[in-house]
Amino acid sequence: MARLVAALLLVALALPASAGTVTPDRADELRYIVRQDCGSCHGLRMTGGLGRAITPAALAGRDPDDLSTIILDGMPGTAMPGWRPLLSEDEARWIADYLLTQEP
Amino acid sequence: MLKPLALALLTLTAPMLTAPAALADDLRGTGDLGLIVEREAGSLLVVDRSERAAIGRIEGLGDLSHASLVYSPDERFAYVFGRDGGLTKVDILTRTIVKRVVQGGNSIGGAISDDGKLVAVSNYEPGGVKVFDAETLDLVADVPMGSKTVGIADVPGSRFVVATWDTGEVWVLDHAADPAKPVITKLTGIGANPYDALLTGDGRTYIVGLFGEKGLTAVDLWQDPPKATRFLPDYGKDQPDLPVYKMPHLQGWTLADGVFALPAVGLHQLLWVDAANLSEIARTDLAGQPVFAVARPDKREIWVNFAPPGNDKVQIIDVMTHQVTDTITPGKGVLHMEFAPRGREVWLSVRDENRVEIRDARSHEVLAEIPARAPSGIFFTDRAHQTGL
Repeated sequence: MARLVAALLLVALALPASAGTVTPDRADELRYIVRQDCGSCHGLRMTGGLGRAITPAALAGRDPDDLSTIILDGMPGTAMPGWRPLLSEDEARWIADYLLTQEP
Repeated sequence: MLKPLALALLTLTAPMLTAPAALADDLRGTGDLGLIVEREAGSLLVVDRSERAAIGRIEGLGDLSHASLVYSPDERFAYVFGRDGGLTKVDILTRTIVKRVVQGGNSIGGAISDDGKLVAVSNYEPGGVKVFDAETLDLVADVPMGSKTVGIADVPGSRFVVATWDTGEVWVLDHAADPAKPVITKLTGIGANPYDALLTGDGRTYIVGLFGEKGLTAVDLWQDPPKATRFLPDYGKDQPDLPVYKMPHLQGWTLADGVFALPAVGLHQLLWVDAANLSEIARTDLAGQPVFAVARPDKREIWVNFAPPGNDKVQIIDVMTHQVTDTITPGKGVLHMEFAPRGREVWLSVRDENRVEIRDARSHEVLAEIPARAPSGIFFTDRAHQTGL
């Protein structure tokens, strides 16, 4: 039993801090949103379009909190809209982590 | 002896006599064909409008997010502009790739010259336009513009017109005298961040939509030099901007009585503009940020689709009353609409449900469905004969 708890703890620790607040089903939806909706400007493969490239390589070294803020509030003076009406803060942070680590 | 000889002759000549008929069965026209972009799969679905069916698929076209295409004058070949900078020439009869070149890092669209000899590609990266021989896809001219380019269209007389996102300019490239050395006319101060543009079907008026400021700019290409006029300079100035989760697209047509219907940016409205004096006539409130506002070919109705989160809907607006007459919900991710050339039916791509829906353009009833892999743009071959498409 103690072993199982330890294993579960390890799994929990390995996930991004915010992962606990995004369900696996919602994570699937977010992955789809990134690909399709972010993709309308940033490209299906995040390699850029009207918006800049947002692949892990292009975002290397960026702070996930900053990225979450940009996702939620947009970038004034550019075409990047704020997604606050459609995403929670946890979801924006999940997307930031996802963009930094995953090849969509 | 005579009999067998006669028989043998008959046998010999019979295939020759029937051959033309058999050949005619194998031949087919392309006037009722079309291509549907399958953006994720990097493929094109070849469709037959009369059959309301897919008749084949062309694969291996790379990254087709935001892909568009133009047709050769004989409606046999299509030139496909892919996000990954790929320019692909496909044969819709044999359903094969004729040639494919990766000509840039990131392209956004293209156009074919009025004589069908040149294909121009509009690039984000490197910013500018590259022009290719339509037969061979060999590079003919490279015109760097120091900016992302949008809204490229063909202008009568081997010319192309394009707008620049970063620098707010309109460039006219005239390839008539020497295709390799286009005469360039550059108009500056068009406005902040043109996001797309349209050329009217007569090739006279190039309308540039602006994202970076309120208003639009019309360029009269009949004037020498072309003359730019700002219009609707403060539409929506009194209202807070709504977020734009997908950029609108502009289409090249004018309604009856010289009226434009244009999607607003940052407002959930359709703007009605008098083409003669560029003044606002009316506005129609819509269900979301409009993306495409397409006229039914008889120009009596405008069909509008939307950016997320309202992208499951389409609204239909009466041109005479400016009222929304119907709201339909084809399904999640309605990305594009294409009317049959005479307007009998309309095809809608429903991306998230992997299907294309065919509706009666008058009753709005669903007539048929075609399975397609995450479909986006739908392009019927009659575009081959329309300036600005």
